[in-house]
Amino acid sequence: MSETPARSISVGLFATCLVDLTRPSVGFASAKLMEDAGCRVSVPQAQSCCGQPAYNAGDNADAAAIAANVIGAFEGFDYVVAPSGSCAGMIKHHFVGLFEDDPVMAARAGALSAKTHELISFLTDVLQVDGIECAYDGTVTYHDSCSSLREMKIKDQPRALLSRVSGLSLKESEESETCCGFGGLFCVKYPDISGHMVDAKVDDILATGADTLLAGDLGCLMNMAGRLHRRGSEVRVRHIAEVLAGMTDGPAIGAPAPLDTDKDKN
Amino acid sequence: MESTAGTFKENAKQALADAKLRDALAKLSDGFPVKRRDAAARLPEFDDLCDQAKAIKEHVLENLGFYLEAFEARVTEAGGTVHWCRSAAEARTTILRICKQAGAKTVTKSKSMISEEIAINEHLETHDVEPVETDLGEYIIQLRHEPPSHIIAPAIHLTKDQIADTFREKHSHLDAARNLEEPETLLEEARGELRRKFIAADVGLTGANMLVAETGSIVLVTNEGNADLTYSLPKTHIAIASLEKIVPTLEDATTILRVLARSATGQDMSVYTTFCTGPKRAQDLDGPEDFHVVLLDNGRTKMLGTEFHDMLRCIRCGACLNHCPIYKAVGGHAYGWVYSGPMGAVLIPNLIGLDEAHHLPNASTLCGKCEEVCPMRIPLPRMLRSWRKKQFEQEKTSFVSRTALKAWAALARRPWLYRLAVAAPIAVLALLGREKGRFRWLPLGGGWTSLRDMPAPEGGTFISRWHKERQP
Repeated sequence: MSETPARSISVGLFATCLVDLTRPSVGFASAKLMEDAGCRVSVPQAQSCCGQPAYNAGDNADAAAIAANVIGAFEGFDYVVAPSGSCAGMIKHHFVGLFEDDPVMAARAGALSAKTHELISFLTDVLQVDGIECAYDGTVTYHDSCSSLREMKIKDQPRALLSRVSGLSLKESEESETCCGFGGLFCVKYPDISGHMVDAKVDDILATGADTLLAGDLGCLMNMAGRLHRRGSEVRVRHIAEVLAGMTDGPAIGAPAPLDTDKDKN
Repeated sequence: MESTAGTFKENAKQALADAKLRDALAKLSDGFPVKRRDAAARLPEFDDLCDQAKAIKEHVLENLGFYLEAFEARVTEAGGTVHWCRSAAEARTTILRICKQAGAKTVTKSKSMISEEIAINEHLETHDVEPVETDLGEYIIQLRHEPPSHIIAPAIHLTKDQIADTFREKHSHLDAARNLEEPETLLEEARGELRRKFIAADVGLTGANMLVAETGSIVLVTNEGNADLTYSLPKTHIAIASLEKIVPTLEDATTILRVLARSATGQDMSVYTTFCTGPKRAQDLDGPEDFHVVLLDNGRTKMLGTEFHDMLRCIRCGACLNHCPIYKAVGGHAYGWVYSGPMGAVLIPNLIGLDEAHHLPNASTLCGKCEEVCPMRIPLPRMLRSWRKKQFEQEKTSFVSRTALKAWAALARRPWLYRLAVAAPIAVLALLGREKGRFRWLPLGGGWTSLRDMPAPEGGTFISRWHKERQP
């Protein structure tokens, strides 16, 4: 950070289930970015998932029960931040509607919505971070995940921060705004269509010649990394928070863990 | 038409394996979306116009009965007749009756999705009336006995070569050695064939892009002028429209016209825009002697006031199809009924039932592109979720998926139990995946690993590691 403002903002980090289970380094990178910007970051233990798998499968009762947990665990913070446009979008835009018949919970969901942000836009738009002291040696292309782009209106923010990373050059792809075909349970319910979509996405990524693919949503990243690897590509895939936090020593998504550095991920 | 929506998954698989369809659909990506974007960019007030167009339709839907009755009164004053039809069957019967009264042997048709919805062609054929499609795309697919695969570009699933083959086969009276390389040649040939049909037709059947309550006019929008020959040459003109096509005034119609063509094809205006009001008057040089409007409900009024109410604002521009990554992957026929793409996935279950159309609301990543480009601001992803909610509530989803979802949710709503349950599997996967960093195959993971590797977890969960490190 170029300067650390004198403030003490409390942030509840909603890790997201995918970060929690598959890629803790994204959680640590997110916490570092916000702590460097002067926030007090807490990670409530009473979190699991935002409820989106249930919500998108039409199971609103379970989604509401999960949402109630999230609300209870996070409403005490100044801000709630998730390293995912999709999960932040769920909390911000869909929780309220789950409590149509419960005005008290609806009000609490509304209050939580007002202070919930996706990580990168939180850094730029709320914390006004404009300098990043880190380096990344590579040509990256950035995928705009659907939820980040359309639900959370995130487009310029990651690019603004990436432009401050020394050594990094950004190569935009033609179809950066096109869905990668993940879609949560969609990718397992309709594997043929999803596979076709991610294949088109991989073509688009490879056409840039970039050696690194970044995005702000782990679901999309795992989908694209999985297809890139299956096609034998060497493109490294990372969550943008890892690069911005300068935490790229560990293996990229889906890459083997070097035996000598695996104790030193963070 | 007979629905094959129930086998969407198989339809999609076939479509994905069809190389010619892939070639045909590839055109779509560089065509309509780019033109739409440029057309919207050329008009600074495009977004405002969309808001106005949406407000017009919202107002109409709040006052549907009023405007429809006003429309009927104006049509009657102009010497025409309005036929109110609750169902597809009523509309078919009505149209056939008018055709028979006119002694019709040949009916020319301009493109109408409602006519597909009521399957009028089959009905006319079985009663010895020959329907002739005059829109080029519709003409091609009629020759091939196929349904349209796109609401504004019915033959978009075909390549130029396939069309040339069809013409050689069906226009067997023409020189077999003729050159059909160029699209213009194909167009000329179809034009020549259709000219005779236009002259011979006894009845012209058109759709209507809008109905104007103020004047009793119907609005026809085409790029080929075929609707004008269809309605003006025969003695009888029948226009069929679903009842939500009504707008209050001519001014309102022009507002919607300004967003329709831009959203559809990226044109500022379609080539032909025609307002038809009543039959030929004494001083008119030409036009039909009889003018009928068949107003179809077929399930629309049941949507009023429900979570699908907003769908009735749709002006059938096709923008949601053109921008949908699922549509672009599988094409329109995979959806299995008249409509397709996101608007089809919302509308079809309303019209033929959720049981038959159960796949359609689920075959979406909810990426939101459709809502972004919809000029009428229809919240299509929200309505796809509404269908999924109904399916779940009515226990229409599979037992296995329900059980798996319920089991997961039971854990997810109890974070402490969840932490206990996930720790061991994550540890095992991390250990097994450490060397390669990913899995080529996982038990029960075939949907994912058939085409992708599964990145292995890093090891430990974030929350346990965080609390271990921060609170030693």
